[in-house]
This record gives sequence, structure tokens and C-alpha cells, in this order.
Amino acid sequence: MLRADDIQVRYGSAEVLRGPSLSVAPGEVVAVLGPNGAGKSTLLAVLAGTLRPHRGEAALDGRALADWSPRALALRRAVLPQSSELAFGFPVLEVVLLGRSPHAGATTRAADLAIAEACLAEAEVTHLAGRLYTTLSGGERQRVQLARVLAQIDFPKLDFPDAGQGGEARYLLLDEPTSSLDLAHQHATLRTARRAAERGIGVLAILHDLNLAAMYADRLVVLSRGELAAEGTPAEVLTEALVREAFDLPVHVTRHPTRGCPQISPI
Amino acid sequence: MDLSSFAQARHRRGLAALWLFGLGLAGTFLLAVGYGAVEIGPGQSIAILAAQTGLDLPWEFTRQQEAVLLAIRLPRAVAGVLVGGALAASGAALQGLFRNPLADPALIGVSNGAALAAVVAIVLGAGIVRLVPALPRDLLLPLAAFGGGLATTFLVYRIASRDGRTDVATMLLAGVAMNAMAGAGIGFMVFLSDDQQLRDLNYWLLGSLGGITWDRLVLVAPLMLIGILSLPFFARPLNAMLLGESEAVHLGFSVERSKRAIVVLAALATGTSVAITGVIGFVGLVVPHLVRLTAGPDHRLLLPISILFGASLVLIADLFARTLVLPAELPIGIVTACVGGPFFLWLLLRRRGPGGW
Repeated sequence: MLRADDIQVRYGSAEVLRGPSLSVAPGEVVAVLGPNGAGKSTLLAVLAGTLRPHRGEAALDGRALADWSPRALALRRAVLPQSSELAFGFPVLEVVLLGRSPHAGATTRAADLAIAEACLAEAEVTHLAGRLYTTLSGGERQRVQLARVLAQIDFPKLDFPDAGQGGEARYLLLDEPTSSLDLAHQHATLRTARRAAERGIGVLAILHDLNLAAMYADRLVVLSRGELAAEGTPAEVLTEALVREAFDLPVHVTRHPTRGCPQISPI
Repeated sequence: MDLSSFAQARHRRGLAALWLFGLGLAGTFLLAVGYGAVEIGPGQSIAILAAQTGLDLPWEFTRQQEAVLLAIRLPRAVAGVLVGGALAASGAALQGLFRNPLADPALIGVSNGAALAAVVAIVLGAGIVRLVPALPRDLLLPLAAFGGGLATTFLVYRIASRDGRTDVATMLLAGVAMNAMAGAGIGFMVFLSDDQQLRDLNYWLLGSLGGITWDRLVLVAPLMLIGILSLPFFARPLNAMLLGESEAVHLGFSVERSKRAIVVLAALATGTSVAITGVIGFVGLVVPHLVRLTAGPDHRLLLPISILFGASLVLIADLFARTLVLPAELPIGIVTACVGGPFFLWLLLRRRGPGGW
């Protein structure tokens, strides 16, 4: 279990997080929603262990993140950044292989290559493997980075039903993973997140598209002004009153024609 | 596409490049020690060196050739190799750390910071030694240059970095400011110095491999070697840092510790280079860039190859410096600036093309 309790973070005098608590269990997809400036990315940084909160604590399997060595933590959780630029022209394959860094010494070059190959396929970027990262479009880069973080947490190795359950579960933190993607790839990325959850990985994704979140997440968490505004299943959270309150936007809620999950139409 | 054959081809190309640059350095070294008023053939050079270890090779040489090689050419060439390797390694590591191909030890003010501290040591050295009698005079200069280089690197880095990202414009402008301040300080020291000190300073500020003796080299060489040989061990964190500092942390690297070590080692390498040869600009900029064009940006190859190539380049530049205006000698800093300046402009123009750096 990856959890954050009563997190408070200030940047100067601005209070960005005012005590929300959040947890991700192995095998579930949690979507974090909220307007700009709600503190979503800050909360993700706290859960990733890169930002120390002023109050409260984030912990993995009951042990505070601060007590984990960077490498031990890297073997258990990967973080997809909102965007990532590379200063120099690395080939895509090498970028994905960077994801294998924490495994150095415990793996072979051939095993790393096999994992990289499977992750490139999962993120639908196999055809880009030989291209220089710097020549890719924003969306292509985002998918290459997805392949990199999947490689980091051994995604292809976890292909038996309850792998990764229990003490060794992996976690995937995605910061707006669909922000640069076309419609088909937005869904492809979230299907990957679902497949990861089926393999026992705990997935937390910051999303802006409420409909996308409703279709793929088990649980939604709404942040507003640094506080937890709502938490629950898509059907519980995506109500007209709550969305109007949290996002300051009047909406109409309908049902997805085939899936039955709630869908939002702004009025 | 077959990924493993693609990866293997890259691996083989990298190894080939490493060998090529290694052989290149060996050839340049023999050329550098052989060329001059007293000609020494490559075979003769090897025979002379072998003779020192008691080995007899079939090339014949004269006593004079042996004396010139051992006392004059060899220390100069060894210093060239060390300085070139140190500057290129620092340049490559700083470029990785700053995530920016324009980070050159001289350009961002590190060399001049080291130079200022060294100039202070030259001009006020007698007074400092009187205050701290335990400090050997010969160590004062390298230590001062190292301290100056370290302070400047740290300052520029702090000024240019925010939230784990380093801003290019800020970094270069901070370098301009550092260079201006160091320049003012150096000017003031020149103003304070007497005639003999002035002669020392002038020659030394433009860089020169002349006048290197074994005695001076032996003091500084271990410090330089520490910098040169340690920096390649940070290749993997440097690779990860190209994605961004937080990303490197997410990948399990102790980024803050690596950053501090890299800054200290680069300052050590640059500072001690400045201490024995003065300011030699553009080597740290040009070398890693050319190596990236041939062997790619992977620091596991970039750092060792840059060291080999930087050493070769300084030897060649020194060859020009001591033969262009015979019987006089040009300061080597002038030679590297003549080549490096236009190269820097070319870099700026090329940047408009696709594919970034």
C-alpha cells in the first residue's frame, strides 16, 4: 500500500496542500482530479518521495518514504513526468533502457532488452525505437516515457495473475499521462494503466478529462484548493452538484451508452 | 526492426570509437614528442622510453635526443595529455550536469575563477606563505586555483538552477558576470604586481604548456588524475539526469550527492589544469560536442572518449603554438580560442536546425 496522510505543503506563504490523505492499493487505478492549482502534482511529488511535506507523512508498505533508499524505492515505483525533454539526442531505445537503471547489477543486458522491447510494444512506439528522442513529437515523447516507466517496474515480467501482490507490489504514478496524446492514444494509455492494475500494480493518474477517468478508474479523488473535495467510485463522485462545486462549471451527467459509467457534458 | 542487433551495432560502434580515439592519442603523442628543433622519430621515441625500463629496441638514438625527450618534450606532452583530458572531462560532465551543451569550464567562468585565485596566489603568495608557513609554496597555486574553480562552479550552478532545471540563458549570463568580476580582480592584481610577476601573469593568463618541468608536474598530476579518472564513474547518473533531476531521483539515483561530487571533481580537474598551464579555453566545449557527433551522447562512452580526444587536441594545439611563429612561442590559449570561437558560433547557428543539439 502506498499512502499519504494529512499532507501539508507550503511554497513560501502559499499553502498548496492542506492535509489531504490518499492511498493506492495494489491492483487498482486511482484517478486524481481537480482544477488547476488544486495541488495534484504536488501531492504526486509527495507520493513519489521527491518532496518532503511540512506536515504529514507518505509511506510505502508502512515505512516512511524518507526511510527508503532512492534505489530501493525506484525498484517499487515509477513516475511518469508531465513532459520530459532531453538535452541530447538519445535514441528511443536507450531512453527506455534508462528505465532499467535501478536494476543494474541484478539483470542482464539481454533481459533488459527483452523488457524494453515488450514495453515499447505496450506503449505502441516500437516503430520509433531507432529514432532520436529529440526528433519526436510531444505525444510520441509521452508514449516513449510511458515505455520507460513500464520498463522500470518490470511490467512485462508481471504477466501472471497475482504477480506483485503482497509485499513486493509495484506502483505507477502518472502525471497527466494523456495531456499530449490524440484521442486513440489517450485510451490506449489508460488501457495500459488498466492492464498494469490487472498485473497487481497500483496506479495513480492525474487526469483532466473526467469522462476518461470515469471510464478507466476504480476510484476517483477530487482535490480542490489543496483539500480533498470528494473520493469514491466514479458513480459516487461525478454528480452534477459536486462537479459544479469543485470545478466551478455547470454540467449534465449522463450514462455511457455501453459501459454504464457516468459521463459529463458541460452545459 | 531487430532491437538486439540495433543495440549490438551501437555497442560495437562505441567500442570502435574508443579504440580509434585511443590510437589517435598514441599517434599524436609520438608526433608531439618527436617534432621540434631536434627531430625524434616515433620509433626512436618508443626506443628511448623502452630504454628507461632496460628494454633494448632496434631503433638507434643519440644522447641528445634522449635528453631532449626526457627533460623537455615528455613533461610537456604529459602535461598536455593531463590538461586536455581534465578540461574535456570537466566539459563533458558539466554539460551533462547543466543539461546543456554550452557549459564549458571557461565559458561559464570556472577557469577564470580559478585563474583569479591563482593570480592572487602569484602576486600575494609571498605574504600568504609568511602567514601560513606550513603551506608549501608550490602547492599554494594549485590549491588556490582549485578553490577558485570550485567556488565559481558552485555559484554559477546555484544561480542558474531552479526547481531542478537549469536555465541556459541565466547560466551563460552568470558566466559573463563571473568572467567580468574575475577579469576585474585579475586586472587589479596585475595593477598590484611588479615587473617580474607581470611577466609571469601575462604569459600564464593566455595559457601555455611551456616551462613545465617534472617537479611542477609531479605535484599537480595526482590531483588532476583524481578528477580525470573519477568523472567517468558518474556516467550512469549523468545519463539519468539528462531526463531531468527529479526523473533521475525517480530512477533511484542519489542525485544531490552525485551533483556535488561532479561539481567538486570538475572544479578539481579544471582548477589544477589552470594552475599548471593557465587558461586554455574552448577545449571543454568543443571536445564533448565532436565526440557526441561520432559516438552519441551516452556518458559511458562520452566521458572516456572525450578524455582521449581532449588530450589529443591539446597536444595538437600545443604543436601549433610552438611552431607557428618560430623561434617564439604562441600562448596555446590563443590557438584554442581561434578554433573554438568560430566553432561556438557554428553551434549557435546550427541550433536552429531540427533535432536539437
